[in-house]
Amino acid sequence: MKPIRKENEFDVIIVGGGITGVGTARDCALRGLKVLLLERFDFATGATGRNHGLLHSGARYAVTDAESASECIKENMILRRVAHHCVEEHDGLFISLPEDDINYQKTFVEACLEAGIRADVIDPREARRLEPSVNPTLIGAVRVPDGSIDPFRLSTANVIDAREHGAVVRTYSEVVGLIRDGQRVVGVTVFNHRTHQTENFYAPLTINAGGIWGHGIAAKVGVRVDMFPAKGSLLIFGHRVNNMVLNRCRKPANADILVPGDTVCVIGTTSSRVPFEECDNLSVTADEVDLLLGEGMKLAPALGTTRILRAYAGVRPLVAVDNDPSGRNISRGIVLMDHAARDGVEGFATIAGGKLMTYRLMAEWATDLACRKLGVDKKCVTMTEPLPGSREEEVKSTARHHDMKPHVEATEFYRHGERASMIDARNDLDTSLVCECEGVTVGEINYAVKELHVHSLIDLRKRTRLGMGTCQAEMCACRAAGIMGEALGCEHNAQEDLRSFLNERWKGVRPVAWGDTLRETEYSQWVYNAVCGME
Amino acid sequence: MKFDTIIIGGGLSGLSCALRLQAAGRQCAVISAGQSSLHFSSGSFDLLGLRADKSEVEHPLDEVKHLGEMHPYHKLGDSLSHYAALAESLLPQWGIRVKGTSSQNHYRYTPMGTLRPTWLTFSEMATAESKTRKLGDKVLVANFPGFLDFNTSFVIEALRKQGSQCEVTLLDMESVNRLRVSSTEMRASNIAKVFESPEALRELIERLNHVAAGYDCVVLPAVFGFSDADLAAQIEKEVHTKVAFMPTMPPSVAGIRTQKQLRTQFERMGGTFILGDEVVKADIENGKVKKIYTQNHGDMGFTAENYVLATGHFMSGGLVAGTQSVCEPIFGSDVYYLGNRDEWFDKDFFRSQNYSTFGVQTDSHFKVLFGGQPSANLYAAGSVLCGADAMHELCAAGVSLLTALSVADEILK
Repeated sequence: MKPIRKENEFDVIIVGGGITGVGTARDCALRGLKVLLLERFDFATGATGRNHGLLHSGARYAVTDAESASECIKENMILRRVAHHCVEEHDGLFISLPEDDINYQKTFVEACLEAGIRADVIDPREARRLEPSVNPTLIGAVRVPDGSIDPFRLSTANVIDAREHGAVVRTYSEVVGLIRDGQRVVGVTVFNHRTHQTENFYAPLTINAGGIWGHGIAAKVGVRVDMFPAKGSLLIFGHRVNNMVLNRCRKPANADILVPGDTVCVIGTTSSRVPFEECDNLSVTADEVDLLLGEGMKLAPALGTTRILRAYAGVRPLVAVDNDPSGRNISRGIVLMDHAARDGVEGFATIAGGKLMTYRLMAEWATDLACRKLGVDKKCVTMTEPLPGSREEEVKSTARHHDMKPHVEATEFYRHGERASMIDARNDLDTSLVCECEGVTVGEINYAVKELHVHSLIDLRKRTRLGMGTCQAEMCACRAAGIMGEALGCEHNAQEDLRSFLNERWKGVRPVAWGDTLRETEYSQWVYNAVCGME
Repeated sequence: MKFDTIIIGGGLSGLSCALRLQAAGRQCAVISAGQSSLHFSSGSFDLLGLRADKSEVEHPLDEVKHLGEMHPYHKLGDSLSHYAALAESLLPQWGIRVKGTSSQNHYRYTPMGTLRPTWLTFSEMATAESKTRKLGDKVLVANFPGFLDFNTSFVIEALRKQGSQCEVTLLDMESVNRLRVSSTEMRASNIAKVFESPEALRELIERLNHVAAGYDCVVLPAVFGFSDADLAAQIEKEVHTKVAFMPTMPPSVAGIRTQKQLRTQFERMGGTFILGDEVVKADIENGKVKKIYTQNHGDMGFTAENYVLATGHFMSGGLVAGTQSVCEPIFGSDVYYLGNRDEWFDKDFFRSQNYSTFGVQTDSHFKVLFGGQPSANLYAAGSVLCGADAMHELCAAGVSLLTALSVADEILK
């Protein structure tokens, strides 16, 4: 082992590049701590990137979990301000269908109001006018302040801000061991998946923000954090069927939320307990697809005739409190564990539970604990301080040519907020489209590779939406692979990367490959297998 | 409207079948929905390129016996080599200049710069007789700035592996750059249109003579000759360095040209080509097709003595998959497929997929089956047929051409 060097010493090491980890890194950095953020793959690889992208109003939990509901609505209002470039404000409807108990609506509205969530009962006809895709047989509707949020964009914004406040951020860096000095954790041993080197880092405090994998990280020092791996599957449709979030007004159940976001809409989820071994390799079954589609059509019948782009699944990082087999009755509440107090292990804490909506609050709690432990007296500012991208209402830059296409400019601003000023758009080469479905330019790819920790096409997809559209990266994958090959140089195996990217897309397409989706699939496979001769 | 034979599908199989019948004096109509897979051509026609174990086939005619029992080639039996030779002699008559022979595969270059075994390659495209033959010691790979469908970094990586010293040059030409006024226009077919202009072509040749001096070979994306293959020949002649044209990502300029040539030839011979129309339904009595109806012609309908189904695979709409079943949407012919969707696919995108072999079932004369019984006058040809794994056996064009020619003979019998 190399000796301890100054550059390997930090105030706090955060393990996990999900939204909780990046949010905590940002908060710690804003409060002046010297931060190291470690992620074993890429940001938002786990549950962060595998959910609805719903900006919950909290209404869904109002009846069953008042505490979560009230946290949700508070964070909802904060995110609309500080992360507006990641948020679409379109409200949501909780609809009652003939088979639902209309009396539940009253209970629901009362619980919402109790939790501080605006909940307006509206006439079913009005609901149909507001959201024409809604099931026309509905018998009741309640309008709530739901919205949608792009978790990839939100993660990236947190990373950018953390880094700009001095945090060191390492992706593809897996914590393989915690370094102990007696009963105290003093650092971590990290394996870098790209360089295949192992390195030690030291800090008086290590925060475990590993989500469902946090269980394994804690186990490295014999600390037990009982996670409850509950798999949820979702389907993405080829266009926005709805413009308002659609929910069922009943107790939370399978496939009862349809969320519009960007160019698509998402139905989910299922819920089933899975063994830990499965968390790294989730697949969606045909039964799950059928269930999602069947239930989804009850919210918006048009889903039955809309092309499905892909299916995906995530694992809710819930902390187990009892043996409920479905995982639905567990509190979505935040769990902060100071392992000094709980397990007698100093210098180690775990932040778990919660959800995408409450990541900022989770980060605040974890950072408050860090500050207390390190004797730092700084107040949290993340509830008022806008994230990068949400600070200006327009792009101010001289590096962009004046006759830039308005739609390209608008798309870049939509995705990156005022940070779009950093995207090269000096000439029509920079603004050439690589991904036609999502309007991703050469300049945007180069910006992402240079500034946003992009090491593979899969990373690139999450920073830019490249390949997320209807064709699922048919042509743009190869184009982008070429650009990345040039940008990253010879250490980057562009063809291998292209291969894994296409396989990753295929994994999501396979469960729904019929109709036009199979048609498109055969075309892609024809191009890459037969024409290009890739194996 | 009444014809001797109506061919549904204007791709390689439909047009070759139609050309053959029209030449024999039959009055034919081809109904085409639009693009065919020729638009996504590799720049070559494959007959049989790979074995199931992925090893390369050198003599395709000798390997047919190892194919799965449903493979359309088995239906051709002993006449397989006859039809392969016939295709080789007909293509030039139809104005399609190709090189290669069915007795021995050669190699085509892929858009990635790698080599794949093939049967016939469009005349202008670079080929290699063996994997050890390189394009030259010093190779210059030329591209147009921002033309992303020709991936020079992959091409030079492959050529370097083949033993060539490689460099890339960008041909910054105002006439091509103008395409970028719209951000989606930098595509092979649009560049090809630019070089239909003699001035643009002249400028290109001058530029190439300037930059390629001192190299053994200059590689260019195959984006020349939208209507005339001679354009590429002119470049080869007037550039002092050896020129190698390599296929791009789709669309394929040579493929589009080939489709146009086949169509023009068919129309020149008096055939009727109906473009942009789709057959939506048919009247069938006791397995005999009486009449077909199209989107644009409504109730008017078309009648013929014989009908040929050459509508392609899933990609072209010849087959349609539901969640658990597959159908042939026009006639509802018998279709081979697996009942459980989980069995349609392999987890690996690059491995052979079971759905590739799904398709229309026929008797040994390519007569379409209805409930196990052969139709009296409906034949199927090309990718719509079941049994071939075109992507992994590399046999798509061979199946299209050979079955189409055989169906024409069956009809002429």
